[in-house]
Amino acid sequence: MAKDREDGKEMVRIHVMGKTYSVPAGLTIMDAMEYAGYRFTRGAGCRSGFCGACSTVYRREGDYRLQFALACQTTVEDGMYLVQLPFTPAPRAKYDITKINPNENVLLQYYPEIARCVSCNTCTKACPQDIQVMDYIQSALRGDIARTAELSFDCIQCGLCSMRCPADIKHYHMAQMARRIYGRYMSPVPEHLEKRLQEIEEGKFDAELDRLMHVSRKELEAAYAARVREKAPAGSERSE
Amino acid sequence: MEKLTYFPGCTLKDTARDFEISGMAVMEALGYELAELERWNCCGTVFSLTEDDLMHQVAPVRDLIRAQEAGSEEIVTLCSMCYATLKRASLFVNGNQERLDKLNAFMNKEVDYEGKVNVVHLLEVLRDRIGWDAIEDRVSRPLDGLTVAPFYGCTLLRPKEIAIDDPEAPTVLQDLAAAVGATPVDYPFAVECCGAYQVVDHRDIVIERTHRIMSAARRADADVVVTSCPLCHYNLSDTQKELVRTVPDYKEMPIIYFTQLMALAFGVDAGKIPTALRAKLKRLQPAKREG
Ligand code: SF4
Ligand code: SF4
Ligand code: SF4
Ligand code: SF4
Ligand code: FES
Repeated sequence: MAKDREDGKEMVRIHVMGKTYSVPAGLTIMDAMEYAGYRFTRGAGCRSGFCGACSTVYRREGDYRLQFALACQTTVEDGMYLVQLPFTPAPRAKYDITKINPNENVLLQYYPEIARCVSCNTCTKACPQDIQVMDYIQSALRGDIARTAELSFDCIQCGLCSMRCPADIKHYHMAQMARRIYGRYMSPVPEHLEKRLQEIEEGKFDAELDRLMHVSRKELEAAYAARVREKAPAGSERSE
Repeated sequence: MEKLTYFPGCTLKDTARDFEISGMAVMEALGYELAELERWNCCGTVFSLTEDDLMHQVAPVRDLIRAQEAGSEEIVTLCSMCYATLKRASLFVNGNQERLDKLNAFMNKEVDYEGKVNVVHLLEVLRDRIGWDAIEDRVSRPLDGLTVAPFYGCTLLRPKEIAIDDPEAPTVLQDLAAAVGATPVDYPFAVECCGAYQVVDHRDIVIERTHRIMSAARRADADVVVTSCPLCHYNLSDTQKELVRTVPDYKEMPIIYFTQLMALAFGVDAGKIPTALRAKLKRLQPAKREG
């Protein structure tokens, strides 16, 4: 694959919507498209791989397989055919998390299409976060909400899995529901947090906060430097 | 403790929990650990009959790959439907290089399946590897006086290539019942079909069949029906509730998994046992049931 040079820079060719552009090597897909003159009004957000807005489908010349990536995280390669997916039209179930019954069939009840999974693993192959997407669908299917929440924890809701699934499953919405159920009904309640919240509500810190709002910057800095740190629980390691 | 590579299937984690609980407990009592595959997916539930449709073999074959990854050439199942689906898939692809190549090319993120994993049902392990004598030796509360109607359903016996016993006149469940001290009864519907998924769209079929099967078991003086299929269990027990409401004088018959029958005789965790059966056992073994 030939690479051009412009102004002494190494250039690569990319194909966007049927047009070929020459862009500097080493750019991310997002930067390369902007270099080529495209402006992102949708499909870009954090530019740091966290928001999931910049789903990209691409294919390399000479390869029949489609590849999936985040445009802000992936470097352009020579001969890439690029398509941006700024939005995934996946429906989301409506529920009131305080009113649902968190039994083992609840995910199936709100997202019955998960039962259509044929274990093709296409969702996993599409995931730019390297999540075992098929495995979390499978654990949802057998009512294991905790495992679904755990396996899907790094999901950034980019929607690529759902665009690819032959069973039309809405993976990320379903998984979000699993994590919400886990958070509300299954994870252990942190006692110290409950206590602190109650103290805040009772106004224990109001006077102190009011005072801090009016002190000078210097006093504030001194107070920050002298702050009391919570001791790490025994056996845990903490790096600051 | 000897390890068996165990494939639970979705239902045993969900509606058929008592099957798994009792299965684990009795196997431990016999010196075996049911070691669950670390990763597994739904087997597909129903074996695809289309000869050239490999897409629907991906799910079961992926589970065979998981066994291979775990260093095992065998998968043990408790659910008879998982058994049938996985077993038929294994027979469909093992030794067929063309099918293996296609499937392996599609599952390019997995290690290649070598086509060596064999699928066995727990009843086969009990009969062929452990043996009725060893099971009898482990019994601490013999189920003397309890009459048991075995219900095989279809998937342990049909099609005959995967039958774990004589498809027309199986005896494995009767032999098991006898080994734990119970009395197996003979009745004409032990190898009938319960109606399976017809329960979704044609409930009347399942109701009619349940009525026929359960009435025959009752006429044979059975105290309990024993099965190894969560769908048979669901169909028979769920539609019985309807029979109680609609058929005059219909008496509900307890239905349990074969592992629960064993657990009762071994005195280990049997999961939830229907009240009528508990009461019956109390009458049969008053002294031993205490404590
Ligand atoms: S699980 Fe789906 S939505 Fe979540 S990051 Fe992966 S591909 Fe995107
Ligand atoms: S893409 Fe859809 S059908 Fe395929 S494994 Fe994922 S969830 Fe299942
Ligand atoms: S849907 Fe199936 S048959 Fe149609 S193009 Fe895709 S893989 Fe081929
Ligand atoms: S559910 Fe019915 S059809 Fe299926 S194995 Fe059991 S008896 Fe047969
Ligand atoms: S822009 Fe947020 S992940 Fe790429």
